[in-house]
This record gives sequence, structure tokens and C-alpha cells, in this order.
Amino acid sequence: MAAHRCGLSLVCILIFSSLAHPSSCDTLEKANDNTAEKRSISEVNTDGSVAGEALNERQWQSTDAEVDRSDSTTHSEALTPAAARDEFQEELVIRPLHSGDIYASFQFRTLWDTDFLQEGQKVSHYRLFPKSLGQVLSKFSVRELHISFTQGFWRTMQWGQPFIPSPPGAELWVWFHDTVSDVDGNWKELTNVLSGIFCASLNFIDLTNTVQPSASFKPLGLGNATDHRFLRYATLPREIVCTENLTPWKKLLPCGSKAGLAVLMKSEKLFHSSFHSQAVHIRPICQDEQCSSKAWELRQTLNVVFDLHTSGQGKKEWSLFKMFSRTLTEACPLASSSKVYVDITDNPEGELFELSPATPLLGQAVVLGDRRTYSVYDLSRAETFGQLRSFNLLLRWKGDSGDMLRPLLHAERYVAGFGLQTGEIHTVIYNNHPYRAFPVLLMDSVPWYLQLYIHTLTVTSKSRDNKPSYIHYQPAKDRHRPHLLEMLIQLPPHSMTEVTVQFERALLKWTEYTPDPNHDLTSIVPVKEESSYFVRVYTEPLLVNLPTPDFSMPYNVICLTCTVVAVGYGSFYNLLTRTFQVDEPSPPLSKRLANLIRRMRGVPLLT
Amino acid sequence: MAAPLTLLLIVAVTIRAVLFRSSWAELISERVEVVSPLNAWKRVVEGLALLDLGVSPYSGDVFHEVSLSLIHFLFKSILGSDGITAVALYLSIQTYNKNVFRKQKYALESDRYPADCLELLRSPKEMFYIPLKVAMFYLLNPFTILSCVAKSTCGLNNAIIALFILCTLKGSALLSGILLALATYQSIYPLTLFAPALLFFLQRLYIPVNLRRSSFWFFTLQYAFIYVGSLVVITGLSFFLLGSWDFIPSVYGFIFSVPDLTPNIGLFWYFFAEMFEHFRLFFICVFQINVFFYTIPLSIKLKEHPVFLIFMQIAIISIFKSYPTVGDVALYMAFLPAWSHLYRFLRNIFLVSCVLLACSALFPVLWHLWIYAGSANSNFYYAITLLFNFGQILLVSDYFYAYLRREHHLTHGLYLKKKDGTEATLVLK
Repeated sequence: MAAHRCGLSLVCILIFSSLAHPSSCDTLEKANDNTAEKRSISEVNTDGSVAGEALNERQWQSTDAEVDRSDSTTHSEALTPAAARDEFQEELVIRPLHSGDIYASFQFRTLWDTDFLQEGQKVSHYRLFPKSLGQVLSKFSVRELHISFTQGFWRTMQWGQPFIPSPPGAELWVWFHDTVSDVDGNWKELTNVLSGIFCASLNFIDLTNTVQPSASFKPLGLGNATDHRFLRYATLPREIVCTENLTPWKKLLPCGSKAGLAVLMKSEKLFHSSFHSQAVHIRPICQDEQCSSKAWELRQTLNVVFDLHTSGQGKKEWSLFKMFSRTLTEACPLASSSKVYVDITDNPEGELFELSPATPLLGQAVVLGDRRTYSVYDLSRAETFGQLRSFNLLLRWKGDSGDMLRPLLHAERYVAGFGLQTGEIHTVIYNNHPYRAFPVLLMDSVPWYLQLYIHTLTVTSKSRDNKPSYIHYQPAKDRHRPHLLEMLIQLPPHSMTEVTVQFERALLKWTEYTPDPNHDLTSIVPVKEESSYFVRVYTEPLLVNLPTPDFSMPYNVICLTCTVVAVGYGSFYNLLTRTFQVDEPSPPLSKRLANLIRRMRGVPLLT
Repeated sequence: MAAPLTLLLIVAVTIRAVLFRSSWAELISERVEVVSPLNAWKRVVEGLALLDLGVSPYSGDVFHEVSLSLIHFLFKSILGSDGITAVALYLSIQTYNKNVFRKQKYALESDRYPADCLELLRSPKEMFYIPLKVAMFYLLNPFTILSCVAKSTCGLNNAIIALFILCTLKGSALLSGILLALATYQSIYPLTLFAPALLFFLQRLYIPVNLRRSSFWFFTLQYAFIYVGSLVVITGLSFFLLGSWDFIPSVYGFIFSVPDLTPNIGLFWYFFAEMFEHFRLFFICVFQINVFFYTIPLSIKLKEHPVFLIFMQIAIISIFKSYPTVGDVALYMAFLPAWSHLYRFLRNIFLVSCVLLACSALFPVLWHLWIYAGSANSNFYYAITLLFNFGQILLVSDYFYAYLRREHHLTHGLYLKKKDGTEATLVLK
């Protein structure tokens, strides 16, 4: 039995909207932008511009925006300085999780003030922006590129929402420029090139796992073209992420792993963690508020969750050195800003944990309607490093961790049914908000060898039928295209919504099974779920067993089946070509000999 | 005769109705032996659901039924199609028996039969119940019942073929051509029934099969024109109804290239699941040609006996087609009572019946072991499909043998003697 997995890690994106270029962004972008900006908390300059797109968003964002506004008065760092031609910022956000784990999130942001998609413009000069990616962008006319590699599954119920959502395995989605005529050809080449750049098996992305979602993905950067013919989305839940993916990723940084925050990235520590996710996001943005010139933004993010509790001999404490076996000694000299933030929201009076060295700088930001407070350490200031010339952040837990924050939105999925013939995919979405209903866009891409029956689709909330207001369904083509299902569902407040759809498992050709299919290693069904306001949630991987033929006997089967066909052919051939005759037994040998002699003698023969 | 037939229909409908109401209906409709990707009712419903969503049902790989709109209107009639098939088979065999009896009478009067062959001749008394038996074999055959309870569209197919046979035997070339076109349009394979139908009409009109005779060509072209013409009209109609040619690759491409390897009772699925990729095309060609291959030699051999040729063709199609179901098997098995006079020449009917019965019982058992219990693997189910097909081949070739042998005896006498006067045995040479 072959197993397939749908990956799903839960990630909530921040809500608030301190976009540097809010005017041109559309809803989703904003959501994601927030993620980006969220990290640079102290620098965030909120504006309420987010409100006013889609209806649902409005509710959320308006509230958040209010909060933000009040915040912005308190912390008053300037807006990101514009006009620098190239710019590089690095930051690390550390959040102690209630479970005792530590969530560390790096973000490296490179801005490049150029527009290489313009006709006839050839870009050959690269400063901070990695040349390998720049060339890829211009060669394949990519407008936006998002790629993530994730190992492990984000446990929303224990850890809350992550800053950037990503499904287990590899995920890639790309918006091409609308001048591209052969999008599929470009996509194929692009995946192969990226496969080389990141040393990942992205070359396994082909038509059978690529979809064109009609509503789930919007461009996050400039321009709000929504012609989904130029969008390609694919996930590889089976992709194993390891050091060989991290090294090329680190090489894209201006300082490499020589200086700045990137020195902390030692792969043996990073991969000895409960969750690891690295991503690259490239999009065009406005250079200034009037959007008179465009720039490219490259965001490289790396999120890790360390389980220091189990390895810490019962002591709940951590330090940068414990986590990364390195300490910080300097900022990246090329960076215009280099900061470390520690989330101390749950620890306003210092009763939960103790942080040393302490910092006078505090920052605030609103994450999903939740105001968070951060201690800020600016690595560009010499006093951060103290007299030892090294910066080692130390946190000591004092008591038990507090209550767990229940995520507002949460989803899980599983396969129901028994046997290898049919089954049912259940997706359960929880809305934990006490009084608000949320519209959710659910996207599901199921490989072709699970034959979905869309007429069996049911959506129930609070044991009542909940009819989706929008359904986009594209049935699979055997060996050519996966199923794509997108639905807009209204989640009632404080409810559990269950989406079920039945499927039938196909028997594949023996060469089509993934290696070792009898041991549940294959994982092919990517499932993605998305809500179009600002939270994107991935469900967990789904393992589906498939019936298998006996791989050891192709010769036997070919021989045996051909034998039966030959028996049919032979017996018909026999009856068609021969006629009935009386069986005259030939005379015994002695008689034939005697006749032979008689013939020579000329005597009449015996009868 | 109408009363027993009505009674039979009532009994058959009752059985089906009871099964429909029972919890078995859903189980049966999932059985791979009963439904194939081509004719599963679930897929028809899916096709309609896709139309509801504004998606072309042929854009995916669920729906391979050609006449969606037809089925849309006829969907109630799938249940009634068994009755139609049975009545059509009843009337056809009745007509056929009348013909056979008339011919036999003429031959007897002209003293063409050897003296010792009288016991091979068929009496009106035994022929009287044959149509009823045929209808009964179709209606009460567990295969048909299962197929009907599963709402497999195979029942519709069978009904069209049965009506085609009826029209042919009644001598209506126009209706026969149209129905044959309809059957071909549905599943392509009935194309091979063109030859027996043509032979029947030629025989009926006393036109000798002679390539130099213009009358032969005239009628052949006329019948071919009816057939091809209605095929074009039907295909064109479905193009206008659907607005695209999508159904051609989705239906006929699907039948020919066998992309769906869901297990069934046929020979294709496991063979092509295990096939080496570079030989796939070759073997697909071989296996598909195999279905059509027997038409010409059989037509030559059986040119005097077109009705038996129809039976042979239907049987060969149902054994060698790419997605066979038990509903197809039931159709040719319904003809077996019509050949009850061949019983004395059958060589291994006992063995074959045992094989077929045992296989029918083992299908669900081994399926369960493989798919649900996990204690067996695909080879078990494959072995039983092999055996089942082997049994069917043996059955059909046995009937073919018996038919040829009876014809031989009718010309050469039943008790053949050797030159030395002792009792002779007949062999094929």
C-alpha cells in the first residue's frame, strides 16, 4: 500500500498592515506583508489602509488598525528609510512558547531598486541581490516567487500561529508576468532551475502536481492582476529538507554565514529541532509611498522550533549559545538594520522568565488582534555586545508556563474508511472565535490517483448543512492533472465545520509507485487550506494507502495472461481452420512392413 | 406464452426491487466485478454533478459515458432495460426458432438429412419453451440482477444490443442498422456485429455471398450506409448537445488505451499494471486487435449461421473487451438455452460450469482478502480473473465445437463408420 501525504502546517499571519507601499497591494499581500513587517516591529508605522478590501477583511483589519494606530504613537521609530538603492535588513524574533519550546524566526530582507522586467533592459550589475535569483527572475519573466522548504509539522494547538505559514515538504508558487505566452514551459524550466539552485527535488514538479488556483493565491506584491492563468502552485509533501538545502539558501545572503545573524545557522543545530522551515519570497514593491519607482524585495526567512525542554536536563532555560552553539559578535556590515527581538508579552512583570542581558528598548506590535511586546536588541550598537564583545541572550523560566493561547482558526484533516478501495477525506475547521463568523477559502489539491467524487461533497457546521457560496472544481485527468477544489465557506462563530468528500483509490502501473510503497513512505497529496483574509492555515500531511500490484512478477503476469489469450486464440484457430474427419488409425507397424515388402515383390497388398 | 413471460417479469422485478430496498444495494454498486469505470452509476451521477458545477464532465477522468443527455432522460429506464432486453431476446429467439424449424422442415422434405440424424433434429415441443428459457436465463441470472441493482449502464447497452438482434431477426435493415450504430456509439466493440447482421440479411433475401454479384454489393453498401450514416448522425448530435468533441478521447480513447487499471473481471487491468512501459503500446494494440480479429474468420466459417455468429461475437467481446463486467457475461449466457440441442456434443460443460461457479464465489472472497483484510495480495484476485476468463473461453469454444460438430453430423450422418465397419471417432484435422 502506497501512502500519500498531504502536508499541513498551520501558520497565522499577522494582521497588521504597516506596508511600506500600501496603496498598490491587495488584500492577501497585506496579510503577508504584515508577516514581513511584523518582525520589524519597532519600525512599524501603521496605517489603516488595509481596511476596505474584501468585506471580511474589513472587520479584522479595522479593529487591528485601530490598535495599531494607538501603538504607533507609543513607538516612534521612523519609517523604513527610502531611497537607498539597495538595502539589506536582518532580524531575529524569538518567542518562548507556552509548551516550553522556543520559536526562533530569522528574516533577511533585501531590497533592490531596479526593474528588470522592463523591455530591453539588461541588468548585469548585482550588489546585494543574489545574481542567481536575479537571472532566474528575468529569464523566466517571474513576477513573484514564493518557495518554502519545511521539515516537521507546525503544531498550532501547542505553539500558536507561526509568522509565516508553510506546509511540510516543499511548496512553490509563482506568478508569471502576463507577457509570458508559454506559462507551462516556463514553469517547467523554472522548477528545474530552482531545483539546481536549492539542491532540492523540485524537478519532480510537473503537470500532475501543479494547479492553478482561481482564488486562493493573490499576488503579494505590486499589481493586482488576478488572471490565474499566470499562476502556478505546487507542493511536494515528500520533500525531505536537510543541510544541502540550507547551504545554498545561506549563500544567497549578502554576508553569507560569515557575519550577522546568519552565523547562528549551524545546520546540525537547526536540523536537530522539532520544526524547521526556510523560505524565499520575491516580489516587486514600491520604492516610495507614491510608488514612482519599483523595487524588488527578497525575503529569506528561516523558522525553527527548538525543544530545549527535553534536552535541557529538566531545566527550562535557553540561550543563544544553547540553541545555536554560537553567540553573536557583530551585525552584518552590509545590513542597514540588524536586530533581535524577544517576545515578552506573557512576561510583563518578569514573573514567568528572566531575560539577560536586559534591554531598555521595547517594541510593540499587534499579531492577530493580540498585542505583543518585544525586547529589542540592536546589533548595530556596540553596547549590545557588552564588554565580552559577544552577545548571548539567556532566558530562565521561573514558573510553569501560563495558559495556552487557543488559535482562532485551526484545521485538521484525516482519511476515514477502511480497506483499499474507497475512502473519505475529512477536513475539520475550527472557528474558536466566540461571536464572529469567518469566511474561509478552502483549497484542496488531490493527486489524480485518488478519484474524487464531487457529488459526495458535504459541508456541515453545527450538524447543519453549510452550502459553500463559491465552488471551483477542476477534475483530475489520469496522469496529467490533479484535482483542484476551492470553496468559500462561512464558518459560524464558535463552531466546527466538517468538509467530507469521498474518493476511490486507483491501481497504478507498477512503475508509477513511489519507492517502498508498502511502507507508508510516499506522501503525495498536498492539501492546502486558506482563508482569504489574513490567516493561512495548512492541514497536516495525509497518508493514503493505495492498493499495489505484486512488484515481483511482471514476467509471470505477462506470461500467464498471454497464455490465457493464446488458449482462446488457439482453440478458435483450431476450430476455424480444421474440419471434422473420421479418425482412421494407421495400420500397425508389422502390417506396414509386410506391405512394403509385398509392394517390392509386386504382390497385392494386405488390407 | 405471454402469461409465463409476464409472470417471469414480475418475479424478476420483485427480486430487483427487494434488493434495491435492502442494504446490499450500495455494497453491490461498489463491486468491481459489477461496475467498471465505463458504466458505474456513481460516475454518471458525478458527471451530472460536474455539469451542475458548470464543468464539462469530460474534462476529468471520471466520466466516460458517451450519451450523458440520453442517460439523463433514460435514467429511470436503466431499471426497465433488463425487461426490455429479456422481451427482445424472447421475441428474437422465438423468431429464430421459427426460422430454424422452417428450414429443418424443408430439408426434411427434400430428404437432405442422413437417415440416422433424425434424433439430432429439433422437435417443436422442445423448441416451444426455449424463448422463455432465454428470457429466464437473462432475467434471473445473478449477474444480471447484480448489474441491475448496481444501476450499471451496462443494462442499457445490453438492451440496445438485444433490440438490435430483434430488429435483425425481424428483417428490418433500417432499424437494425440504427441500433447497431447506437450500440457502437456506446462502446465501440459491437462494431463486430455488423458482419453477422449483414450475413443474416443476405441469407434472408437469398442473396448469395459472392463478391462478383452486384446484388451482394448493392445490399452490403446499403446496409453499411444505414449503419455509418446513423453513426455519423448520432455522433454529430452529441457534438451539438455537448458543444465539443471532448467525448471522443474521453470515451473511445479511454476504451482503447486502457488508462484506468481498476481491477475488474477482465484480462487487461493486471496485465497493463505490470507491463513494461516500452511494450505497453504494442500489447495494447495486440489485445485490442484480438477482440476484432475473430470477426472475419468466424464470418467465413459460420456464414450459414449468422445467429450463432452473433452469439460468438458477443461472447468474444465480453471476454476480451477492456472493461468487462458481469453484465456483459450475462448477455451471452442468456443465449445458452437456445443452443440446448448442442448439449450432447459439449465436451467439458461440467468442468466449465464448476469453474465459473467457483470463480463467481471466489471473486468477492479474494477481493476481501486483498483489499480489506490485507492477508492476500493482488495476485490472488488476478488468478481468479484468469481462471474465470479461461472458463469462459472454454465455454464458448466448446459451444463452437459442438455447433460445428452437429452441422457435420447433419450432413454426414450421426453414426459414422470406419472403413472396416467399426464405429468411428470424429477428430479435427
